[in-house]
Amino acid sequence: MSAASVPSRKVVLSREAVLSMEAVKLTYPDGERRLTALDEVSLTVAAGELAAVVGPSGSGKSTLLAVAATLLRPDSGRVVVAGADTAEMSAGERTALRRERIGIVFQQPNLLPSLTAVEQLLVVEHLRGGNVRAARARAAGLLESVGLDAGRRRRRPHELSGGERQRVNIARALFAGPSVLLVDEPTSALDHERGARIVDLLAEVTRTHGTATVLVTHDRGLLGRADRVLSMRDGRLD
Amino acid sequence: MFVALRDIRFAKGRFALMGSVVTLITTLVVFLYGLTDGLAREATSAVSGLPADRIVFGAPPGAAPEVSFGDSTLDDGQIRAWRRAPGVTSAEPFGVAITRLTAGRAAADRTATSVSVIGSAQRLRPALLTGSAPGDGQVAVSGSVARDGGLRVGDRVTLGTRELTVSGVTADRSHGHAPSVWTTLATWQGVGHQRQPTALAVDGPGRPAGAVAGTTKAVPVEDALDGIDGYAAEHGTLRLVQGFLFVVSALVVGAFFTVWTVQRRPDVAVLKAVGASSGYLVRDALAQALVVLVAGAALGGAAGAAGGALASAAVPFELSAATAAVPVAAMVLLGLAGSALAVRRITSVDPLTALGAGR
Repeated sequence: MSAASVPSRKVVLSREAVLSMEAVKLTYPDGERRLTALDEVSLTVAAGELAAVVGPSGSGKSTLLAVAATLLRPDSGRVVVAGADTAEMSAGERTALRRERIGIVFQQPNLLPSLTAVEQLLVVEHLRGGNVRAARARAAGLLESVGLDAGRRRRRPHELSGGERQRVNIARALFAGPSVLLVDEPTSALDHERGARIVDLLAEVTRTHGTATVLVTHDRGLLGRADRVLSMRDGRLD
Repeated sequence: MFVALRDIRFAKGRFALMGSVVTLITTLVVFLYGLTDGLAREATSAVSGLPADRIVFGAPPGAAPEVSFGDSTLDDGQIRAWRRAPGVTSAEPFGVAITRLTAGRAAADRTATSVSVIGSAQRLRPALLTGSAPGDGQVAVSGSVARDGGLRVGDRVTLGTRELTVSGVTADRSHGHAPSVWTTLATWQGVGHQRQPTALAVDGPGRPAGAVAGTTKAVPVEDALDGIDGYAAEHGTLRLVQGFLFVVSALVVGAFFTVWTVQRRPDVAVLKAVGASSGYLVRDALAQALVVLVAGAALGGAAGAAGGALASAAVPFELSAATAAVPVAAMVLLGLAGSALAVRRITSVDPLTALGAGR
């Protein structure tokens, strides 16, 4: 593993709980006052569980995901990922945690334009200091498992359809074997049918890979496959 | 270099353009380097080839000595004082003058060329390629003078107003861009209408005491080159042009990688979000710059050296490994410095922008 390694600040979570957020509060400066983005939010997601968070734009869904991804530090409260309390972690330790334990599926399939589909996964192995050559077969297998056929693996993002790009995005998020999978509006660029297929795929990988998955969406029509549906409004989770 | 090399392959056109700019600037710099060294050789080789530690310049009593072959003269007292100075093992006077050498008996065959006439003891002269050392009334000419004038040992030439016999041909030397011819100090005094030698070539660390110390100035041979008329200005100007080219190159490379880094911000944010450290990304970006710089500069170095070799028939061009290697290495290092300033922006990219950020 390169750079900082995942710290060993172990916390005992409830059985099988992999992601735990306790009374998390986050405010943003807005002129002379502060806006509350997350207001005492608590959330626990177990391994193999798909938790969907729905809510209107500006309700705090993406902020919740950013805090869970250690991209934002909360003002107060506790975030525990795979047994590691993130509160006292340095920037390098949080980067290492994301590299090793957290998979992120971005709203837009933020793939690197110069890399082929299989290389989008191999770059994750390179970041981890692993053997890229040896990981090629595993990357191909993972792409196949998310429904990207062999002929598409050597194509760059601009040569793939929106649905194919999102499948690559999901495979990349899963490649390092994360404990937590954070999914931000995965169907926003897809029509309903392809969006439904992507959510089905996310539900399937959550079961097969045993990840604690948090799916953020504003589309309530796609929530049939979620184990739990949580509603968010004005920074509060119901 | 996982992403770096793939970016280069993906954006071939942009990187080829940048590489071409580096190549062209390096070609120009290598050519200028070769030209500068070639011109320096033409201006200084007679002095820089003197077998001495220091050159002593003199001035008449009451005047301040200057490092200048044009102004310096040494009288017998000054020469004696230096020869007797403790620590000085050798002090040989020599004279330098620029005059015209005319060769050919018949008017139709006659050729005239500017030469630097150096009068000295045999010890200070370059190796003879053919013939013998000149005595009084004789002259040994540089190989280039012999080739250009079709001169052979025994030929008669006119140096200024004096007719002399060619006694030998020496290795190529020149002074102030005029090829050198060598004779005795006595003959030089007649040719150059001078009564006193120009300077002393001194071995050993000592120096005389008393009044002579104030009317003479000893400098290492390499510093004495500044005393050749026009050399310091010419050399300084060419070095200044080279310096500007290096600065321009660093700025151009820096500007390219600034734009490139700004364009890559969304990709950098994604890489950070999936666990790339800033250090990893900066190393990757610098490696990318290094590939472009090394490829461009190596190509430019080769083109400059090849162009210089072709042009050396017409212009003075000194071609050596250092001539090409120093500017190529400087281009790479300065370009890398420019790109380092640009890619440091990577550290300020917030991975948060990858979440929910439109591309």
